[in-house]
Amino acid sequence: MLRCSFTSARETGVCEIMPSQLSIVVVEADRDRALQIVDSLRTAGEYEIRVISEPTGLARQIQQHNPDMVLIDIENPSRDMLEELTLASGPKERAVAMFVDRSAAGLSAAAIEAGVSAYVVGGMMPERITPVLEAAIARFRLFQRMRTELAETKRALEDRKVIDRAKGMIMKARGVNEEQAYALLRKAAMDQNRRLAEVAQALVSSAGLLL
Amino acid sequence: MRKTTIPVGYIPLVDAAPLFVAQDMGFAAQEGLSLDLKRAPSWSSLRDMLAFGQVDAAHMLAPVPVATALGLGSAGAPLDALMVLSLNGNVIGVGRDLAARLADNGHDFDFADAHKAGRALIKAAQSPLRIGVPFPFSMHAELLYYWLSALGFPAPQNINIRTVPPALMADALRAGEVDAFCVGEPWGSISVDQSEGSLLLPGSAIWKRAPEKVLAVRRDWANSETALSQRLIRAIWRACQWLSDPDSRILAADLLSRSGHLDLPADIIDRALIGPLTVTQQGLQRNAPGFLEFHKGSANFPWRSQAQWIALQLASRMGMERGEAMRSAAEVFRSDIYRSALRGTAAELPGASSKLEGANERVTSVPAETGTLILPPDRFFDGVIFDPYDCG
Repeated sequence: MLRCSFTSARETGVCEIMPSQLSIVVVEADRDRALQIVDSLRTAGEYEIRVISEPTGLARQIQQHNPDMVLIDIENPSRDMLEELTLASGPKERAVAMFVDRSAAGLSAAAIEAGVSAYVVGGMMPERITPVLEAAIARFRLFQRMRTELAETKRALEDRKVIDRAKGMIMKARGVNEEQAYALLRKAAMDQNRRLAEVAQALVSSAGLLL
Repeated sequence: MRKTTIPVGYIPLVDAAPLFVAQDMGFAAQEGLSLDLKRAPSWSSLRDMLAFGQVDAAHMLAPVPVATALGLGSAGAPLDALMVLSLNGNVIGVGRDLAARLADNGHDFDFADAHKAGRALIKAAQSPLRIGVPFPFSMHAELLYYWLSALGFPAPQNINIRTVPPALMADALRAGEVDAFCVGEPWGSISVDQSEGSLLLPGSAIWKRAPEKVLAVRRDWANSETALSQRLIRAIWRACQWLSDPDSRILAADLLSRSGHLDLPADIIDRALIGPLTVTQQGLQRNAPGFLEFHKGSANFPWRSQAQWIALQLASRMGMERGEAMRSAAEVFRSDIYRSALRGTAAELPGASSKLEGANERVTSVPAETGTLILPPDRFFDGVIFDPYDCG
């Protein structure tokens, strides 16, 4: 569909009357993240960038700004509100569409992989969108890695905490030292073919019943 | 047997049950499949995950593949529906203020009569009526427009239909951003429990057999992975059959409530799967027969006429050419692949792939590929019959 609108845009000369500076709306509630996205877009070129942090009436807010492009985190459930924009006007005239030009070799797929969705006004030239999207993708990849790291760190910390507690309980109940307690836990985990933290967690949570 | 893993996307809703059941109860394994179930944060994200190949199949609103075929919305690739996953299962509800006005006017919240509830709502509503639905291309939106226009409410002019993601519906209602809503379970029940919402009608009171969710795939995948499509259809068909047994429902509710799935208390899921539904803050309970159907009466058959009905509604509202819209929509519901997948199994396959919608006032038998097939009542509340051959 977007391909059609590229063609029709070229034919009708819509592209020529577009302002030279792209206007971009970034939908992001977290202020720090929003600033980082804006910074990385600034390094990609001169754009007019606005940030919307409040999801209420998202479609209406965006309509007011009337941007060439909207960037939103895929994890944001409010993204569905943007679909209203595709209905707000004739589908072929002023379509706000996910960037789907197949010629832009996997750019859309890369964006989805990185966790960013981009809505682009129909009739915009791919070469103007590409640098913006590339910058956004790079930034969102970083966010995704940070998200994973944070989750993993949290898990590692929780694991260590629960293993420590289980160790302490074994030491107390069996009158063994720390090393022996750890060895007992590890053996149980190996015998049951489970993670050490799982065995520790099972011990800690059922021990609560005995107290 | 070596298992083939298929990534399948879903939105956390009670009607995603066929996918969980197919995987957890071994119906997928029976076909040598393993479903890698991926939860999506929104319908547009799920559609894009499907279009761009992050998942190969998805739990999808029935109108989405149709809208895509019509060039509406912004999908990146043509999508087809391999089968219908469920009929109905949505609730229409109102917020506290509107519920109070309805009660003052003597409405009894019978949760059954669409004429009565509709007239009461029109009388009590202040214009424009703001109604939240999960997605612009949804049976929620279509049933609301159909219902209120048939009762003479000037829709869409006097209705302001707003998109509110299901999980945020209770919040939007509490914040007064919408006056009423139509949403899939368990989010309607959650609005009653948390946001002083009251349930007015089940979707089935407007159309007894409304196709709600479909199993959507990319058209090129359906055409190139025919054998895999067929195995997937069989696995999910058996899951739907299992779900239709009342004895399975308690276990199903428990399965759905688990943290990897919906992560919600089983008792709130029970309301949609087993009933009754709690329809008011005061705890008034109502049973709705056929509230959510996963299987019975050939519910899984992707009737081309269902896609055509959806296309007609969309095309009329968007001012598109109706005949053309209905023709391209008919190709989206892949009754051809469905037939090839289930021929030779216990499934009964109808002789035709298109039918009158809304014509059966009572249980009716129709010709099947072998013998006859029983179709349950499928009326629209206003008694209109949709003839797919008569609208082009």
